[in-house]
Order: sequence, then C-alpha cells, then structure tokens
Amino acid sequence: MKQVKLDDLYRDTILDHYKNPRGRKELDRIDAEHKGYNPLCGDQVTIKAKFTNGYLEDVAVDSQGCAISVASGSMLAELLPGKSLKEIQQITEAFREMMHGKKLPDDMDIGDLDALEGVKKYHSRIKCALIPWITLNDLIKARQEKETLVSPSLPE
Amino acid sequence: MTTKTDGVIQMPAETGKQVLNVDIIRNDFPILNRKIHGNRIVYLDSAATTQKPACVINALSFFYRTSNANIHRGAYTLSEESSSAYENLREKIARFIGGVDQRGIVFTRNTTESLNLVARSWSKANIKAGDEIILTEMEHHSNLVPWIMIAQETGAVLKHIPVTEDGYLDMDIFYKLLSERTKVVSVTMVSNVLGTINPVSEIIKAAHSYNAVTVLDGAQGVPHTKVDAKELDCDFLAFSAHKMLGPTGIGVLYGKPELLEKMEPVLTGGGMIQEVTLNSATWAEIPWKFEAGTPNYADVIAFSSAIDYLEKLSMDAIRIHEKELTAYTLERLETFPDLTVYGPRDIEHRAGVVAFYDKLIHPHDLSTILDSYGIAIRAGHHCAQPLMRRYNIPANVRASFYIYNDKADVDALIEGLKKAREYFQYETS
Repeated sequence: MKQVKLDDLYRDTILDHYKNPRGRKELDRIDAEHKGYNPLCGDQVTIKAKFTNGYLEDVAVDSQGCAISVASGSMLAELLPGKSLKEIQQITEAFREMMHGKKLPDDMDIGDLDALEGVKKYHSRIKCALIPWITLNDLIKARQEKETLVSPSLPE
Repeated sequence: MTTKTDGVIQMPAETGKQVLNVDIIRNDFPILNRKIHGNRIVYLDSAATTQKPACVINALSFFYRTSNANIHRGAYTLSEESSSAYENLREKIARFIGGVDQRGIVFTRNTTESLNLVARSWSKANIKAGDEIILTEMEHHSNLVPWIMIAQETGAVLKHIPVTEDGYLDMDIFYKLLSERTKVVSVTMVSNVLGTINPVSEIIKAAHSYNAVTVLDGAQGVPHTKVDAKELDCDFLAFSAHKMLGPTGIGVLYGKPELLEKMEPVLTGGGMIQEVTLNSATWAEIPWKFEAGTPNYADVIAFSSAIDYLEKLSMDAIRIHEKELTAYTLERLETFPDLTVYGPRDIEHRAGVVAFYDKLIHPHDLSTILDSYGIAIRAGHHCAQPLMRRYNIPANVRASFYIYNDKADVDALIEGLKKAREYFQYETS
C-alpha cells in the first residue's frame, strides 16, 4: 500500500499535544465555563476560564475528540493564559483565517499553532481544529453579554 | 442500452447456490478504476451510498439524449415515452418488493422524505394526545425526528424499544410497550450502525394485533436482501434508490392503497390535482396525489436500470455474498487488540455493516489515515446519536459492503488499521 504524505496533517508537535494535552487540569477558580460540540462527529470540548481585569489568567481545556481537536485545544491552553481578551480575539481571528488559507500577520506569535497549518488542506477537518477556539470565543461572548446586563460600566 | 451482468457464478445445481463474481462486477463500476492517493479505491461506505454501474450512468445520459420531456403533460412522442418509462418503474418496484399494488408506490426524494410523508400526513389525521408511537433506540435520525415533531404537535407519547448490549432489539420490552394506546410502530429493517436484521415480521404481527400501523425504514434492508412487503404485511415501507445502485434524489414510499387513499397530500401544486378553481382544489388519485410538481423522472428511469442489474444478480446471491464478507470481517476484527466491534455476532441476524471503535485512535483520525491508503470508511455518529449514547461513545467507524466488495477490501482495511497505529506510534501486536 502506498501512502500519501500525511506529515502535513499529523506533525510530531500535534501528536505530542494530543498525547499530553496541556489544558487538562483543574482551576482554583472558575469564572466561566462553556461546552462546544462538533455535530459532525459528536466531539465535545469543555473550556473553563479564570479572568483577572480583562485578562485570561488561566484556562482549562477538556477535549473529547480527534488528534487535531485535542492538539488545537492543548495549544490554546498553552498560548493564551496572560493575554487580554482583545489579543485572544486577534489570535482566534488569525487562526481562523489561516485555516482558510490566509497568511498570518508577521509579528503575531501563535506558539505551536502553526503546526496545524496543514489542516487547511483537509476540509472536513478544519472544524476539528477550530472547535476549541470557537468554544472559547462563545465563552467570552456569553460572559460579556452577562456582564453588560449586570453592570454596563464594567471595563472590557 | 444494455444491462451487462455476467456477475453471477452458478454453483453446481445440487447446491442451488449462486455466488457473485466480484471481478466481473467490478468492471461494471467505472469509479472503481480511479486511484485515490495512488491506491486502488477500497470503497467501504455503501451504507451511506452505493457506487453506480455503467448501465445506470448510461441510462441517465441516454434518456436525456433521446427521450427527455416532462411526464404526464403532452400527447407527443417524447412526453409519452418519458411518462411510460416513469410509470413502468412504478410497476417494476411494486413487483420488486413482493408484488404489491402499484398504486401504493409513491416516488419521493429519499427515505427521509418518505418517512416524513407518513409522519406528516398519516399521523396528522390519526394521532391525538395520549396516543403512543413505538420506535427503537437504534433508529436513524430520519425515523426519530419526524416522530418527535408529531409528538410535540399532538401530545402523543414516544416509546422506544431498547437495544441489548449485543445489538438486538429487546423484544420482551417491545411486548410490554405494546398496548391499546399504540397507534404506530415504526422500526428500521436493518440498523445502519449495528447491522442488526430486526425481526420485523414478528413486530408487524404483534403491532397489528393492537391495530397499530406499521412503518418500516427499509433504507438498509431493501438494497441487501429480498423484501416481500406483501408477505410482511407492513403498512408503509420507505427506501432510497441511491443505496441500491440507483441515482441520488429518488426515494420510494410504499403504502397500502387503502391507507394512502385516506391521507392528505403534504406538497400540493401541479400534477397532483383533479380539478382546481380559484378557491378550491380536489386531489388526483393515489399515488399521483403525493407527487406534486415535476418529479425527478430522469433519475427514476435510471433507477429502473439499477433494479434490472440487481435482479440479474438476484437478491439472494447478494445476501449470501454480504454474509460471507461480513463473517470474514468480524473474524479478522475480533483478533485486533483494543478494538470494540458492535452488533450481533450471529451472521444470520446481521447485514453487511460492521461498526467498530478503536480505543487508541479517534474515528476521524482513523478515517483520514485510511483515506491516505485509498480506503473509504465512514466515521461519525451515523445519524444515530441516541444509539451512540447507548454505547457511551461519541462516534465510531463503520465499514459497509455491497456487491463490488471482496475479501481483498477487508484485508486492505485490516492492513490500514495496523498502519494507522504505527503512524500514531502505538504498538501493534
């Protein structure tokens, strides 16, 4: 049997994150929690976040899914703590665009995420890579809406 | 336009057995010549859709080249030709499923639409709050969601026959669920995940003893074995052309004419009326009353060629072929470490569907890696999320067979599973 080169898709970095996911941990305080689903394959990801003054102080990611989605969630957990919500939004947007074939801004540090670039060639798998990011985005949105309702003056 | 099938080997007369000659059959399927990533195609997803023989592909293009005109419209040669070809298939289908009344054959888009038609039309007039609808835990979403909607709208109650650990319907519970309140029993003939061949004849008899209406989802049944709707005495039977060598976009709903006659159409418009005034309309006879608008007549005509092909092979020979292949697959997978195979082990109760869960590699990853070897299998929940929940897995991997598969395909799958583990750096014994 001949095999096409899959190394673009499953690089060692990805397999490493898959086998030792970084975000699988407990937080000492949970400010928000959100569950994401991939209806195509039944995969799930639960994200818990701890915020301090508009910064994501820490994040726990519990993925039940394929290598791509678990690795992507693990990279998210490694990269994002300490970043502001604005930075998170920019990285999420850049990653989404990368999955759709666009180049990253030169000055953006995305950690191990660039190992996932090969996923863009596998259309059915792009959702796998994005699901933790979409879930975190939904978590932040839900939290912001709640905060707007409770206290409109809260800083972003 | 000929239907070429030399694909049957007649065994010595005393055995009375026919077996399929896969090498010859494969030649009838142009797509199987295609290479995927440099490998021959190992197509193991026929439960999702089957590949098409050249005769079906040619019939479709031949029809558009020579006879195309809208049906039941004009008294001119082309329209006469396409109308009679369309109606001839109705007759052929009626014969194919056991010689039922052809007025009971309604053409739809697919099994899903057929089941929705029963749920929408029959149930609306006959189901009220407190009535019970019996389904099973192994149904495809298409035989769950329409009934969920009916239950929500009418206040009827849904009951489900559970699935045992080894993949059978729990018939003891079925008998307990049946009561005077049961109005509909709608079950799949064959599970699209477990491959279980359900005891539908027994279910229908029991349901009828309570005057309940019976609906069969035949999507995975009719393509793979001889189905006699008359002998089964089912009230409705739904299936799709594209899962039995035919084109996409054609479904069949068989219904007993006396039931169809009392049902209201769901779609209305051209072709389904008797008389229309500005403020009123009366319906055409069955089955046309359910076929509003220009039907997909060209694909119906191509479907006819698919039925011819299947009949030449014989449904009995197809069943024997799939049984052998499934037994071989189960045997090979049983020895594979860290892998769970679902569904009955008794081959008499199992169709050509083998779903399994590799504890080391996620179904999607497995599917992508197998694809790199040219192997097409389905990964996911197979539109049966409640069944996945029953077995406590998010998804699994499914291999399903048809007339063009052979043991070499199964061997390729097993080899692919080993390669996938190597790739993920897991030890294989």
